[in-house]
Amino acid sequence: MERNLMKGNEALAEAAIRAGCKCFFGYPITPQTELAAYMAKRMHKAGGVFLQAESEIAAINMVLGAASTGVRAMTSSSSPGISLKSEGISYLAGSDVPAVIINVQRGGPGLGGIQPSQADYWQATKALGHGDFHLLVFAPASVQEMVDMVVKAFDTADKYRMPAMILADGLLGQMMEPVSFPEITPNAHDKSGWAADGHKGKRAHHIINSLYLQPDELQTSVLNRFERYEIVKAEETDAELYLTEDCDILLCAFGATARVVKSAVNEARAQGIKAGLFRPKTLWPFPVKEINEAAKSAKKLLSVEMSMGQMIDDIKLAINCSKPVEFFGRTGGVIPTPAEVLAEIKKVGGAK
Amino acid sequence: MTTEILLAGFGGQGVLFAGKILANCGLMDSKELSWLPSYGPEMRGGTANCSVCISDEPIGSPLVLAPDILIAMNQPSYDKFINAVKPGGKAFIDSTLIESKCERTDIECFYIPSSQLADDNELQGGSNIILLGKLIKETGLFSLDTMKKAIEKVVPPAKAKLIANNFRAIEMGMNN
Repeated sequence: MERNLMKGNEALAEAAIRAGCKCFFGYPITPQTELAAYMAKRMHKAGGVFLQAESEIAAINMVLGAASTGVRAMTSSSSPGISLKSEGISYLAGSDVPAVIINVQRGGPGLGGIQPSQADYWQATKALGHGDFHLLVFAPASVQEMVDMVVKAFDTADKYRMPAMILADGLLGQMMEPVSFPEITPNAHDKSGWAADGHKGKRAHHIINSLYLQPDELQTSVLNRFERYEIVKAEETDAELYLTEDCDILLCAFGATARVVKSAVNEARAQGIKAGLFRPKTLWPFPVKEINEAAKSAKKLLSVEMSMGQMIDDIKLAINCSKPVEFFGRTGGVIPTPAEVLAEIKKVGGAK
Repeated sequence: MTTEILLAGFGGQGVLFAGKILANCGLMDSKELSWLPSYGPEMRGGTANCSVCISDEPIGSPLVLAPDILIAMNQPSYDKFINAVKPGGKAFIDSTLIESKCERTDIECFYIPSSQLADDNELQGGSNIILLGKLIKETGLFSLDTMKKAIEKVVPPAKAKLIANNFRAIEMGMNN
């Protein structure tokens, strides 16, 4: 397959177009801007709509409107912009409307900085808006995975009628790597049962709504949604297990950080330390089964994140706190180095 | 084996472009590779830099902190990165803009008056490419043929008439 050299941000955009995304609404923000720029250039040639909205809030509500008609729609931003979109994302979830949201994370809180970060883990997996809901969260670690996961995100979102997020970061968005585009045939999900796509008087009209003034009706709609979440949790987890079979210390990392950690694990192995890596590719649902498999022989776990330690909570829950889980992190846009991670492996007891 | 390259200079000197040529050389030679630009405030007025990794294996961290090869195109970049070069590494230095001479004995430094050479030969803005020519001659990382193909790929069609100049700059670097 032909290898192209592309920035992560551009690859996300190209993959979305190939996955049949017909509407992109965005608002510029570093380090995500190339994605919208690519869409501006390519989308109309691909028969879709690119629109730069007046704000992030407008953009996500345009996604809600477009996706309600059954077309594949997407928006992208970076951390502060994603916070602005949270109300609309909650509406998407509450209306059971599938869409894809991309977060090319930068440091926070507040306006923070513009360098890579993973400090939106809690936001993405626990509370991207008010109310009882989840969204699918995918965590790519390479430009190729950004392509593969955008396609997967659209398909899975359609399948379960829920919003999906690609949780990337500034490093992945800005870097170039070889990438190839597989022949994509987007799964054609039948949306005729709910999409507000015009009925010409031939059927009852469809209503896209998240307002239920009767508590029992609202409760029922939430319970139905959570029944679907149980299926998602059982069927849609994904993770990479690297050198975990005999590991004494299991490192846990996702996204760009997992690349740094993999280098450290390789170096640790070369020095005789039995280190392994668990890399979740889905952050919600969290790969509970997979981490327990990976942690079988481990005496200790070490979560490495570009944050103050957010995924560590899910790790402890997933293994029922059955083993000690240590943490090492950098935040604010600082990228950990393989040498720092290796030193930490030795410090927390991975010495041979 | 992974070769880690750091290119650094002022914004506008073609640091990212030179990095793109190296990355495309890797693509031509079916290598694993990564290209990562700096995109922070340092882009505005200070030093722009770019990390390129070329390898036979998948690349871990794409961020180059200790390069095997450094291309330094201005004094602040030289000052910032010369001591970060790995022992046994090589540094390619534009001696028109950088007055310092390196005192390290564990790395090999090549001083090329690339800005002057570019100006003297009507290759304005070609200093970056002259340094790339010297790089492939001294490291053997890529062949001239590979680099020519990469240049043809990277130069946008609207500027295709500049391809010949870039070829001339590469050869000038190789012969100096």
